[in-house]
Amino acid sequence: MSVQPAMPKSWRVDTKPHKFCPGCGHGLVLKALGQAIDELGIQDRAVFGCDIGCSLLAWDFFNVDTIQTHHGRTTPVITGLKRANPNLIGIAYMGDGGGYAIGSQHLVNAASRNEKITVILVNNTQYGMTGGQMAPTTLPGQKTETTPYGRDPEKTGYPTQGPEMVAAITREGAYVARGTVANLRQLKNYLKKALENQMAGNGFSFVEVLSTCPTNWRTNAEETWKMVEQELPKYFKVGEIKVPGGQKEGEANG
Amino acid sequence: MPDKPIEGEKRVFMTGNEVVAWAALVAGAEIMYGYPITPQNEIMHYWTRLAPKYGREFLQTEDELSAGFTTIGGVLAGRKAFTATAGPGNTLMQEPMSMAEAMRLPTVVVIQQRGGPSTATVIYSQQEVTMTTLGGNGEGLRIVYSTANHQELFDYTIKAFNTAWKYRFPTFILGDGYQAKMRESLTIYDPASRGIELVEAEPYFGKPGVPGVDRPPTQLRNTYNVEEELYEVLEGYFKDYAKIAPEVAEHEAFGLEDSDLVVISHGVVSRACKAAVKELREEGIKVGYFRPITLRPLPVEAIRETANKVRRFLVVESAQGQLARLLKEAAFGCPVEMLDLFKPGVGITAEDVVSRVKEIAG
Repeated sequence: MSVQPAMPKSWRVDTKPHKFCPGCGHGLVLKALGQAIDELGIQDRAVFGCDIGCSLLAWDFFNVDTIQTHHGRTTPVITGLKRANPNLIGIAYMGDGGGYAIGSQHLVNAASRNEKITVILVNNTQYGMTGGQMAPTTLPGQKTETTPYGRDPEKTGYPTQGPEMVAAITREGAYVARGTVANLRQLKNYLKKALENQMAGNGFSFVEVLSTCPTNWRTNAEETWKMVEQELPKYFKVGEIKVPGGQKEGEANG
Repeated sequence: MPDKPIEGEKRVFMTGNEVVAWAALVAGAEIMYGYPITPQNEIMHYWTRLAPKYGREFLQTEDELSAGFTTIGGVLAGRKAFTATAGPGNTLMQEPMSMAEAMRLPTVVVIQQRGGPSTATVIYSQQEVTMTTLGGNGEGLRIVYSTANHQELFDYTIKAFNTAWKYRFPTFILGDGYQAKMRESLTIYDPASRGIELVEAEPYFGKPGVPGVDRPPTQLRNTYNVEEELYEVLEGYFKDYAKIAPEVAEHEAFGLEDSDLVVISHGVVSRACKAAVKELREEGIKVGYFRPITLRPLPVEAIRETANKVRRFLVVESAQGQLARLLKEAAFGCPVEMLDLFKPGVGITAEDVVSRVKEIAG
């Protein structure tokens, strides 16, 4: 008899198995998020917003009130919701396109205003839902449908350093981190801290998550894992970047 | 904190933008999300001065896309939320309002039309009719009130919140630069003093209990997997809209009984048209007047009845036939002849209308 690992309590069981491609990182991020919601006991007041793109497949993922919005517009929807009812815990969930391309002005301005919301951005270095085009986070030399010979940074720039940008434009009270689906315990910890930061009313919380897309990367299991564990962190440094009034994870005490 | 912004009623002399701010206040609007664009700026200016005195909120967003989407967020949280815009801002606002249409969200948007296309003028036009009634990548399931004076700006702004929350379709007040900026006298009032009951807002999100345990989660989307799934949802929406349309549609008319030419206009232009028709009738020229107050849904029955009775419509508008297109569709198959007086982006006077009618009458 096989024993299935327990699903987070906040997951909606009747919509599982989920709709993401095999090997996709979204399921892992949403598992870490589900566990964070469970451990904080906020299923009754969390609101989950997802973008267009692969993240929209999470519109019925949780037993949590959920809204699926437009490309890049999840941040203002959750901002408007939180402003209208500060008792809710607003979670804006999006991809690298939604956050760094089409919705970048919303991300920048929400961060500048220190909106008391939590933004989770899944970075898989390309646009998944539309068939694997270049994203702001596509690596130099990486082949996508719109960079068939590899991304040339001279022509299309270098990968967006999202958390670093958010850390630079936010004031005291913001929480900024970059996690990875290759380290789920750490990711859950970051997501929890991002939500706790909102609950404490400190300010903007932002977590980028390095994730996988074997479908559009055209990688097998081994290559997929090599990409997310070894290649992505070369450009995108994993760790806490900004912690309000405290010490970043891994820093020595004293 | 004072309980009621207005006790009973009060005679005032205000700009249209100030009127909108007062109307939103007495309609129970709790939060405005806005982005500056002329000629609607003073709605925000007055709101930001009045709102804190009555515990209401405001957020100045980074653009109109954000103003529209934050308004949606406010509605989801169960607050009467609204925004206001014009021209290029109205263009951007169509994206969030398409989403409100898809999810049946009671958003309220005040449009103070300016000249177009693009930046054009910051002053006046009636060129945002097509966009406000049918904009967005959908079918235009929305409600649009076109106001003609400051009293109506007040009355219909209150009504817009009630209509939106009652029927759950995005609702617009279509004003214009003249109405926004000029001052005129009107009576502002506490809706209760006139027996107007305010429809309560209800939260979509954050209702009591744990979702999935005590209640089902509220899960809204505007994306569907297959054509049939979308078709089924839309069929329901069309049915709802068709059902409410006759209840919502409004118009005013006079002189239809004995006329074979009827002047039709909407919004501020109707003031010139009504004055012209009265003047012409005094001269013994038998002309009627018709004005749709709702441009979406149109008062189709009344339009068809008139179009079956009279020989000619003279459509007068400060646009190149945006209202006329709606009327042609509504009156399709009726034996009426459509004539026009179009001055896109320019105001129309009673003299303009009188001379056009005389030219037609020969």
